[in-house]
Amino acid sequence: MGILNSLRYCLRQTLLSIVRNFWLATASAAMITVSLLILGSFGLIALNAGQFLQQVESEIEINVFLQDVAPVNDLGREIRALTGVERVTYVSKEQALEEMRESLGERRDILTGLENDNPLPASYRVRTSNAEVVPAVARAIEKMHGVDKVRYGQGYVEKLILITRWVNVAALFAAGLLALAAIFLIMTTIRMSVMARRDEVEIMKYMGASNWFVRFPFLLEGMAVGYLGSKVAVLILGFGYYYLLLQVDQVSLFFVQLVTDQQTLGMLFGALFALGVLIGGLAGSISIRKFLRV
Amino acid sequence: MIQFYNVTKLYPNGAKAINDLSLRIKQGDFAFLVGPSGAGKSTIAKLIFREEKPTAGQIFFNGRNALRFRGREVVAMRRKIGMVFQDFRLLSQKTAYENVAFALEVTGVSRWEVRKRVPEVLKQVGLEDKMDRFPAQLSGGEQQRVCVARAIVKNPVLILADEPTGNLDPETSRELMELFLEINQSGTTIVIATHAWDIVNELKKRVIALESGRIVRDEEQGSYGYGDS
Repeated sequence: MGILNSLRYCLRQTLLSIVRNFWLATASAAMITVSLLILGSFGLIALNAGQFLQQVESEIEINVFLQDVAPVNDLGREIRALTGVERVTYVSKEQALEEMRESLGERRDILTGLENDNPLPASYRVRTSNAEVVPAVARAIEKMHGVDKVRYGQGYVEKLILITRWVNVAALFAAGLLALAAIFLIMTTIRMSVMARRDEVEIMKYMGASNWFVRFPFLLEGMAVGYLGSKVAVLILGFGYYYLLLQVDQVSLFFVQLVTDQQTLGMLFGALFALGVLIGGLAGSISIRKFLRV
Repeated sequence: MIQFYNVTKLYPNGAKAINDLSLRIKQGDFAFLVGPSGAGKSTIAKLIFREEKPTAGQIFFNGRNALRFRGREVVAMRRKIGMVFQDFRLLSQKTAYENVAFALEVTGVSRWEVRKRVPEVLKQVGLEDKMDRFPAQLSGGEQQRVCVARAIVKNPVLILADEPTGNLDPETSRELMELFLEINQSGTTIVIATHAWDIVNELKKRVIALESGRIVRDEEQGSYGYGDS
């Protein structure tokens, strides 16, 4: 009975407080919206950057040039057995010549007459599961019997790995900072609403209200404000991104492929939403803490 | 009901508010705490309400060690104590009725009970006609009556009043004391910290006189004994 009465009282109190401090609540919600918009944009950028990098990574392959006397089948088996190797394609001397001819286009005639004395080596094209293992796999292949040369864009791959790492770290760092900034901003605004009801809180304690009873309306208020703020942010972000997708679809930007996977996007938006509510509740309960000591 | 055993209270700034004080207040007592400013009257009230904890010594409330109370027990104890303040501490945006109802609402009492109880106590303090007025529309004496109503609405075993007549004229003060006596008749213990020597002398109740944190006099049917001689 007591709990139900208290709950009803708290709910009414929360609603009253939001209505009474309408502009303050709106300002707090707007603060959350802006923070989450920035955070969410970062998330979308990171998501797309991640996909782009993955795309680039997946195009990295190791070219293993073979000596003419190489034991082709054994080598293929050995390479396939290496950890991290995903796909191995054999390119014979003839295929190599054919490919070169194609890539030359109009000037393909320079290659005529080479069919019988093909100078191009046979090779294996090796794809790995991710870019990070490329150098290690390449080194292992280099040591194998019958391998002439191994090429994988040395230097370039290492740089790409480094950039990927930095982008991830930077995105996480920036997102963390922004979340922290959002918490402080909302704490300030909720503290103002606590200050506005300071004497009420004090008297509540003198009347023998329990701590959670005092804290709960502010927690609820923070969460409600967080809920509203993040809802607006998610809506703006969702529509904005959808619009961007439509635009990009029309222009068909060269090689950039935006993330359209609904599950991934849904998870991002859901996380933003939860974060908004969490930040609001957290800020609410932190702001009231100081006033609970009577 | 309340026992202090060798209680000392040092404030962080080094001031010794209470010095090795022992005190016993029985159920149904009507006691005045008197003494010059800074003698420790308010500190005793704060210690009873557990707004402050003593630096040394023990305090018992209803036979239990009050210093060992944890969150929930502190709240339970506070619900048995009604507070009356010199500055009333009413919520200005609530009416007299709402201010009294507030005391019940924060303890989770049902609305039905609130609607029954609040008019009862407002009638008891003589404000049945002014329930819907805001504190600003009431005189000082009436505001203090609202405050008393708020203190007694939850049927406390003890009423702690800190300078309740400090902001009232003599006539209103006398009326307020009569109200306190009435409440005391029904068995509620009452402790009043006050400077109002004329009232203390008139009522001939227990007087606990304090000076620099010590009890210098504790008499049944006592008098103020300071500035009045």
